[in-house]
Amino acid sequence: MLVIRRDLVDAMVAHARRDHPDEACGVIAGPYGSDRPERFIEMENAERSPTFYRFDAAEQLKVWREMDANDEVPVVIYHSHTATEAYPSRTDISFAGEPDAHYVLVSTRDPIEHELRSYRIVDGVVTEEPVKIIES
Amino acid sequence: MAVTVSIPTILRTHTGGEKSVSANGATLAEVIDDLENNHGGLKARLVKEGALHRFVNVYVNDEDVRFSGGLDARVKDGDNVTILPAVAGG
Repeated sequence: MLVIRRDLVDAMVAHARRDHPDEACGVIAGPYGSDRPERFIEMENAERSPTFYRFDAAEQLKVWREMDANDEVPVVIYHSHTATEAYPSRTDISFAGEPDAHYVLVSTRDPIEHELRSYRIVDGVVTEEPVKIIES
Repeated sequence: MAVTVSIPTILRTHTGGEKSVSANGATLAEVIDDLENNHGGLKARLVKEGALHRFVNVYVNDEDVRFSGGLDARVKDGDNVTILPAVAGG
């Protein structure tokens, strides 16, 4: 289960809407071992594409080093789908390299109603999990 | 050249859970071969058909090795090699 504050959910959706029709992506860092997403970090989509996303490698190093220095880990890795459902694609699954992260998908295919779902992706296996939103 | 290699979570099964290991080599290719000698299975996760796998980002100190020769990137004594899983998808 992903337990996450309302303001962090709103931030992911706002980012996805703002970058639509390109895919948006980012990380929410949290204290090591807590499984608690706390610090929202928008990342640049180096692909700038409506169908692909990629963290810029230099930016990723900077962010991963910061998290390390703060004793944080990437609790949530999110990205948006702009024309398809909020479900991991084959590419999403093959790249999923953080086994402890919650992979959140936001779909902006509908201009009014977004979809937001969360998954664990471990060894190529996708397991959807419930999202519990807590009011901050 | 003795370097320190940071290992991401997903590859620590090959290093007995260690997140930082030492390795020797004058180029990244030699470092990876040395890692493979001590931590079997690691090379296959990093190298595919003679080049670095697109699923990993490798940095020598702060520089992405894509800009310094990839597997031919040179390393010096005391350098830090960082391996991160590339975050990407569609």
